[in-house]
Amino acid sequence: MTTITQPDDAAISGMGAAARARTTRRVRGLSDRTIAWLFVAPTIALLLAINIFPLVWMIRLSFTSLNLSMSYLPLRFVGLDNFTDILGDEDVWLRLQTTAQFVISSVALQVIIGFGLALLINRQFRGHSFWTTIILLPMMLSPAVVGNFWTLLLQPQIGPFNYLISLFTGVPPSSFSMTGQVALAPWTIVLVDTWMWAPYVMLICLAGLRSIPDYIYEAAEVDRASAWRQFWSITLPMTVPFLMLAVLFRAIENFKMFDMVNLLTSGGPGSTTELVSITLKRAAFEKWRTGYSSALAIILFVTVFGAANIYVKALNKVKQR
Amino acid sequence: MSNSEIARHGISRWFRRGPWESVAMTLIGGGIIMLVQPVSIDLYSYSFVTILAGTVGYVIVSHFPE
Repeated sequence: MTTITQPDDAAISGMGAAARARTTRRVRGLSDRTIAWLFVAPTIALLLAINIFPLVWMIRLSFTSLNLSMSYLPLRFVGLDNFTDILGDEDVWLRLQTTAQFVISSVALQVIIGFGLALLINRQFRGHSFWTTIILLPMMLSPAVVGNFWTLLLQPQIGPFNYLISLFTGVPPSSFSMTGQVALAPWTIVLVDTWMWAPYVMLICLAGLRSIPDYIYEAAEVDRASAWRQFWSITLPMTVPFLMLAVLFRAIENFKMFDMVNLLTSGGPGSTTELVSITLKRAAFEKWRTGYSSALAIILFVTVFGAANIYVKALNKVKQR
Repeated sequence: MSNSEIARHGISRWFRRGPWESVAMTLIGGGIIMLVQPVSIDLYSYSFVTILAGTVGYVIVSHFPE
C-alpha cells in the first residue's frame, strides 16, 4: 500500500519564500554578498582616498628631502635623516616640553573643576537642567569661534577681561596683555582650554557618579559614616576609572591642540606658547620643509596612536565595570 | 599528553595577552615620558623608537589569546 504524506503549510510557505528569493536573485544577477560590497565600496574608497592614501604618501615623503619652496629640485631619498634631525633638535624638544606643560596644567585644572561641577550638578536642585545646559555651552562651540571671541575678550584696550582683573587688583586694564606677555600667555591658553573643556570632564564624571548604586551610600549612612568619609571611601574610588578616562582623552586631545592656540597667540610671544602642532605647521607651510614636517607628523601620529591604545584599554575596563 | 599538546600548552602559557599588553603599554607610556621630559636629550632621542616598539608590540600582542 502506498502512503502519501502531505507536506505541512509552513514547509510549503518556507519553500515558496526560498524559491522566490532565488528567483529574485537570479533576475537581478547579484548575490547578497555582492550587494553588500556595493554598499560598502563607496565608504571604503572614500576612506582610502582621504585617510589611507595621504598617510602612505606622508610616510613616503618623510624619507625624502622634499622642500616645496624648491620643488623643481629632484626628490632625493634621505633615509632616516629627517627623523634623526628631529630627534636631535633641541628646538623641537623644547616645543614638546611646552606642549607637555600645557597638557599637564590644563588637564589637571579641567579634572579638578570638572569633578567639582559634577559633584554640584549631581545634587537635585531647582533649575538643575538650566544650569547643566549653561555649563555645557562652551563645549559645544567650535574651537575657532572660542579662539576668536577670547581674543576680543582679552584685548587690553577694549576687552572686558582686563577690566574685570583691574576691578579686583587695581592694576590699570591696558597695562598688561594676557596674550602678549611671556609670563601670562601660557596661562591664558590653559585658562581658555579649561573654560572650554572642563564641562566635558564634568559630563564623564557625572556618568561615573550616577553609576554608583544608592544602597552603598545607604549602608554608609547606617554605619554613620560622615559625608567626608563617604566621599573618600565611596565616591572617589568608584569615580576614578571615569576620571582616568577623562584624563587620557583630554591629554590626547590637548597634545594635538592647534586651532584655538593658533588663533589666540599663534605660538607667541616669541615661542612661549608654541605647541608642537604649531611647530609642525611652521615647518610645513612657512619653511616649506615637507620631508622634515612629514617625519615630525609621523612621530606625533605614532605617539597619539600609542596613547590612544592605552585609552581604548582604559575604556574597555570602564565598560566591563 | 602528546608532544604537540605540550608545545601548544607551553606557547599559550608564554603568549598570553594580559602581561604582554602591560609590557607594551609600559613601553608606550615610558616613551611618551622620554619624549617630553626636560632632563636628557639622549632620552629624547630614543623616545620615538620606544613608543614605536610599544605601539607595534601592542598591535601584535592584542591578537594573543586571553
